[in-house]
Amino acid sequence: MTDAAVNDVSVDTRKSGRFLYGASVVFLCAWVIVPIYFLLINTLSSPETVNSFPKPFIPEFDFGSLQFFAGFSGMLTALKNSVIVALLTMIMSIIIGAPAGYALSRFDFPGKGLFRMLILLTRAFPLPLLALPLAVMFIQTGLDDTAFGLALVHTTLAIPFAVLITFSLFSGIPIELEEAAWTLGCTRLTAFTKVVLPLILPGITASAIFAFVISWNEVFAAAVLTIENRTLTAFLLQNLDTSPLHLKFAGGFILVVPALIFIFAVRKYLFAMWGIANR
Amino acid sequence: MNARILPYVLILPVTLFLCLFFIYPFVLVSQQAFQAADGGWSMENFQEVVEYWKFPISMKNTLLLAAIVVPVQLALALLMATMVSKMKKGRDMVLYIWTIPLGISDLAAGIIWLAIFEQSGFLNSMLHGIGVVDKPVNFLTYQNPWIVFLAIALAEIWRATAIMLVILVAGIGLIPKEYYEAADVFGASKWKQFTRITFPLLRPSLQTALVLRVILAFEIFAVVAALGGTLFPVLMGQTYSYQFDLLNSGAAAAMALIILGISIGFTLIILRILRVPKGASI
Repeated sequence: MTDAAVNDVSVDTRKSGRFLYGASVVFLCAWVIVPIYFLLINTLSSPETVNSFPKPFIPEFDFGSLQFFAGFSGMLTALKNSVIVALLTMIMSIIIGAPAGYALSRFDFPGKGLFRMLILLTRAFPLPLLALPLAVMFIQTGLDDTAFGLALVHTTLAIPFAVLITFSLFSGIPIELEEAAWTLGCTRLTAFTKVVLPLILPGITASAIFAFVISWNEVFAAAVLTIENRTLTAFLLQNLDTSPLHLKFAGGFILVVPALIFIFAVRKYLFAMWGIANR
Repeated sequence: MNARILPYVLILPVTLFLCLFFIYPFVLVSQQAFQAADGGWSMENFQEVVEYWKFPISMKNTLLLAAIVVPVQLALALLMATMVSKMKKGRDMVLYIWTIPLGISDLAAGIIWLAIFEQSGFLNSMLHGIGVVDKPVNFLTYQNPWIVFLAIALAEIWRATAIMLVILVAGIGLIPKEYYEAADVFGASKWKQFTRITFPLLRPSLQTALVLRVILAFEIFAVVAALGGTLFPVLMGQTYSYQFDLLNSGAAAAMALIILGISIGFTLIILRILRVPKGASI
């Protein structure tokens, strides 16, 4: 065999390898996108088309299903409740979580290990289950069936993430910057608000969005803790047996849309957030 | 403020919050589970839920689903993460697409796969288009338990691989490139590089990813509710129906403790198998 033949073989295998690689990337992208596309077709079709067979593979851009969704009694209230609960969760988890993230990144203090342990422990628990005993406690305190009560439970879900994410964000900002500000006459507080905060703000926004999505998507606790003021997920779950197909698909689509936007907004931080957070 | 007190002031809100909404409810739920109808301590609630005919089925379904879904997700996430780590062009775009399901709720994922598997859905339309079936087949019935299982498993794999992918991509990003360069110098194959460098150094990330995923797998609820309804009972669904349909919060609490127990058991097993030797982290 000559050298040329050997080279040909290796070029061939490399070429087919690259083709296989490219094909699997495309396949895996399709695996994620195609099911969402199917949901989109159903959402943008008239109720009759949704219930007919066979299905078209291109949307007909009919807003009948979405109109039906908007007109379905209680649906818009549920949508509003979902947004309120998610916003409350977002605000609470950042306000409560970020200071702890700062403390973990800047100080060494006795009990730090124990505190980290408490945070990590919450991740090893199926937290939505804790909504069961809270249902009783909320009735006693008048928090039952309120957006605030549910937001408290969702904050418990989001807080471990908020603490660990802000911890990794603060760790990315050298303490020397703060120290320089102190020597230039800043107090600890003004050094934080004038130097650290502007640098950290995009990251904080990203983790706030993450908290929003956690609450927006949560089903079990929402279904357990709300009765009249159902969130969108709880409302859809409760009506799964009885609602027509086009209502389910339109509702599912409304649930998906914020996810698409939010993941796009936080994509830069997604990996940085997890890189340090899981050590 | 004094630098000695400040950190405690900063962690106080989280600690209080978690005591009130994490530790206290945990105590409450245990109390409820062990409380008999007359108020004394007993195992009545546990006996009741375990002896119910649906309990063994829902236990089996939940465990089987986790046993199939989690390994597939792990393999898929590892594959995607290694593919992405070598990518030069379009890496951000591909990563965005692959992480989209991260933001999608289990209920929405269930509904998405319902669009495919329901009787007038896209699977039937495709099969009809290529001439396999004349009229739509109803897949999601009790006559086809394996198709129901497959639909639920696919929806879970579709939805929750992203969270493992994110953790693993972040983990791979922390492995120094020099290790691979050295391996190249010594002529190690790509596969050998994967088993001898990537895999061992990825252990902390694998730990996190697996613990998180396994716990979520035992919490499976809304996907099943959307696709299988009552055809496919799972532990979390039983808990929900104890609380709501049967209004038996004692039994629901007992179920909750059983799920908690299984989750903690598996967490400990994973931590033990994938433990990182002291001082061996990067």
